[in-house]
Parts: sequence; structure tokens; C-alpha cells
Amino acid sequence: MENGEIPENANEHCPGPQSETAGKSDSCAGCPNQEVCATAPKGPDPDLVAIAERMSTVKHKILVLSGKGGVGKSTFSAQLSFALAGMDHQVGLMDIDICGPSMPKMLGLEGHEIHQSNLGWSPVYVEENLGVMSIGFMLPNSDDAVVWRGPRKNALIKQFLKDVDWGEIDYLVVDAPPGTSDEHISIVQYLQATGIDGAIIVTTPQEVSLIM
Amino acid sequence: MENGDIPENANEHCPGPQSESAGKSDSCAGCPNQEACATAPKGPDPDLVAIAERMSTVKHKILILSGKGGVGKSTFSAQLSFALAGMDHQVGLMDIDICGPSMPKMLGLEGSEIHQSNLGWSPVYVADNLGVMSIGFMLPNSDEAVVWRGPRKNALIKQFLKDVYWRDIDYLVVDAPPGTSDEHISIVQYLQATGIDGAIIVTTPQEVSLIDVRKEVSFCKKVGVPVLGVVENMSGLSQPLADVKFMEIGSSVDVTQKVISCLRENAPELLNVLACSEVFDSSGGGAERMCREMGVPFLGKVPLDPQLCKAAEQGKSCFEGGNKCSVSAPALKSIIQKVLASMKDEESN
Repeated sequence: MENGEIPENANEHCPGPQSETAGKSDSCAGCPNQEVCATAPKGPDPDLVAIAERMSTVKHKILVLSGKGGVGKSTFSAQLSFALAGMDHQVGLMDIDICGPSMPKMLGLEGHEIHQSNLGWSPVYVEENLGVMSIGFMLPNSDDAVVWRGPRKNALIKQFLKDVDWGEIDYLVVDAPPGTSDEHISIVQYLQATGIDGAIIVTTPQEVSLIM
Repeated sequence: MENGDIPENANEHCPGPQSESAGKSDSCAGCPNQEACATAPKGPDPDLVAIAERMSTVKHKILILSGKGGVGKSTFSAQLSFALAGMDHQVGLMDIDICGPSMPKMLGLEGSEIHQSNLGWSPVYVADNLGVMSIGFMLPNSDEAVVWRGPRKNALIKQFLKDVYWRDIDYLVVDAPPGTSDEHISIVQYLQATGIDGAIIVTTPQEVSLIDVRKEVSFCKKVGVPVLGVVENMSGLSQPLADVKFMEIGSSVDVTQKVISCLRENAPELLNVLACSEVFDSSGGGAERMCREMGVPFLGKVPLDPQLCKAAEQGKSCFEGGNKCSVSAPALKSIIQKVLASMKDEESN
């Protein structure tokens, strides 16, 4: 996608938000994205290179998703990570539920903090072979709400991917929030080049859960 | 806020994103928002005027929030709407869970479509006095995912507020998705001028749920939305012993018939007891204790009632007819009466 994905609300004949003429061509007139395209930087995202480097030491990546909330996705992610670590694999668990991070509680790591080294951010280790990264470790007060719009959440997810020193791991389990929005689009976009093994979707038997 | 809310990631001495010098002043250099501020249009949002007009025929607005997903927020929103309509109020129910809209199913309106008139978009009516708006009515195929980033979701929420013809209604119930992100920030921003009566926060007794509820209460305090109270849902499972299934440990063989016959023969009075299980450990004090600590009203507990789950799946009211939920309906009724009483007190103050 040389000139970037055409946004759904773009005009016909959109040159692509990454193109040289983005926001400036005739077909851009009146498009809701015109100003953003005209001013945004062009070309491939340099952060993707950094992400690819970090992910080169990760053998497998698994996303844990659900349409609906409260079906036990985080419980499953935590128990999956425990199981994989119990089989002597090297495991990383990344919590991208920015507004409702459950991983610190579920891994018994409440109150822990992230440390930085010259290699990057260090995950919090439950055991030698199971490291966890979550915004939950970065909140000064666990009652603090994380009231962020999409772009800020995306920026943090990007940091989790390019700044965290996961080391050589066999599995990176990614616990997502429920739904199909910013966090989900972003994690797929950022990991597209390096590949995602697949997604496990958690549900409950209720009809309302299966619709999702 | 004349020059707009200062974003959290802005530089010190940020002039404000709505200011004339936004993005252009010296203090803007290096700020992540600099380009956006320099190019974005200034001044108040004209859509807010349109929203204010639409909301002028709405007497009360209630947000239903939760920190965590799956706690029964949408079920509560639906049953609250049924209850208010049952008391002969005019009710509107707005579903702003764009990625996971539950309202069509929970009100028995799957397959219905939105119609437009010269007055605007028409909600879908369950009853004369209960109209519903949801993106669920706009999807050609219910299996389709709504894979939208924040700005597009915000735009639709804005449309729900400025283009929907709600008519004169007493209550607008807004069912939000879990969390504290775009949808929540937007609904509060768009309704700030016209006022929100308050928010009801739904939770379960689990610690993992209460952690998120505390965040939700913090959110409400931060944005100035009064907390009408917290509801503790799924507060223990209760059902008649005669309705319970029994299985052998290990082999999972169903032995219900055997157990029930044995009870009938030897202790028939036991068939009239209620079997209760806590399900979620609330030894930490549950939502009641959390409310005391955070200084917000505790509205009550609703048990995990299989009859209520069934009513929700069928899109029916739990208060009337054949779907009357003997265990949960009284609890819900009492909670709703508390909410109405506290809103009335506020009005007279």
C-alpha cells in the first residue's frame, strides 16, 4: 500500500494519505481529511522499523480477543500465559486494554512499577520466564482513570511494541480490550510486517455475546 | 473554557487549542499537537447549537456506565427503559456502544431499520413511549464488524444527538460501552452545555471489576458528571433447588433425575428451598464498601438471575407478563425508585 490505505470517508479518486499530493490534489477538495493529509508527514512509519527489530526475537504472537466485554478474555490470557510458562517456554504478556488494564491484578503484580534500562523498558516478571507489560504498572494511583482518546492509546501501544525489551521469547500473548476499534486496528497494523500467528476469540454462550 | 481544554500531553504554557495562536506560538514548538492545532478550525463547534436544540425537548439525561465489560450495563439500560416506560414516562434509549451494540437484541428489535423524515432520523419504537437508537439498526448484516477508530465513532455519536428526532421525552437513557475513552469523552463534551443529570455505574462484586469502577467514578468526578449511584449486578446466583442440574464429579454424567427423585422420596420439603451460590467472591466488601470509600451512593444489588438473562436475550421486560423475573425484578425496581427519588431531590434543591 504505497500511498497508504484510502480512508472510508475519503473522496473518490483519493490519491492516498501517504501520497505526495495528499490533501493538495483537486480530488481532495471538500474531503473531511483534507487538512490532516496536507499537513501530516509522508512515507512509511519509521517506528515500524523499530517494532520489527524488537519483534525479531519473538517466535510467536497470539492475540486474545472478544467481541463483548466480561467474557473472561483477560482471565484466559493470564491462564494461557501461566500454562505456556509452566511448559518451560519463554513468555511475554502484553496488556493493550489501556482504559481497563486487568493483567497486574490477574498475575498478582499489583503495585509493581516498570523499570527502564539502556535496552528499553523492562517487563515486570512474575517468574523468570513470564514477563508482563501493562499501563496498570504506570498509574500512580490505581483509582486514576485513563481518559484517553484513540490516538493517545495507539501511541502507547506502539511504545509497548518498540520500547519494551522482551528479550528472546517463544510466545507473546496480547490481551486486547473488547471490541473492534483503535487498539485492535493499531495492533494489527503495527504487527502486520512481522506477522501475527493468529487470534483466539473468547465468548460466553449467551446470544448477546455470540452476536459480537 | 474559551481557548479549549488544554490536552494532557501539551507543552507548558499551551495557549489552548482554540486560541488564535494555537500551534503557532513559541510555546507550541515540539508539542505533539502542534500541527493539528495550527490547522484545525477555531471557535465553538456549530454542531453543539444543533445538539442543544434537539436536547431542549429532553427533560432528563442519564448515562449508564461501567468500568469493565460484561457486568450487565446494557441489560440494566434496557430494563431501566422498560421500567420508566411502564411508569408512563416518555423514554428514549440511545446506544453509543458503536463496536458492540446490544440494544436491538435486548429490546427485541433485531432486523428493524431507521427511517428518516423531514424532522430527522426516527428512533425505532418498542412501544409508543419507548424509542431506541443504535448503530445496530444500520448494519446491513449483523455479522459485520464495525471497525472504526475514535473520530468516526465520535461523528456518529454527534449525529445521534443532533439528527435524531426524539420528540418531547422525559428520560434519555444513554448506554455506553465499557471504559473511559472516545465515546465517553465525546458524550460528555457534546452534552455539557445542555447538562447531564448523572451517571449510574454498573459493576459485579469481583475485585477486578471494582478496580475498573473506581476508575469510572474518577472519570465522572474529573468531567463533572454527578454519580447517581452504583449498582452491584450478578450479586450471587439464586434459583429454586428443583431447577438445578446435578452431575457426577469426574464423569460429567447427568444425575439430575436420580437426585430429584431421591429428594422427593426422602425430603420433599427441600425441593422448595432456593439454592444460592456467591459465584463472585465479594469478601472484600463488594460494591457497597467501595461506594463508602469513594463517597458515592450505593443503589443496591441485583442477583444473577437466569430468568433475567432469558428476558434480555428475548428482548423482553423483566417486570411484566410471562417473563416476570421473580428474583431480579424486585431488586431492579427498588434501585430504579431510588434513582428517581434522588433525581427529584436534586431538582427541588
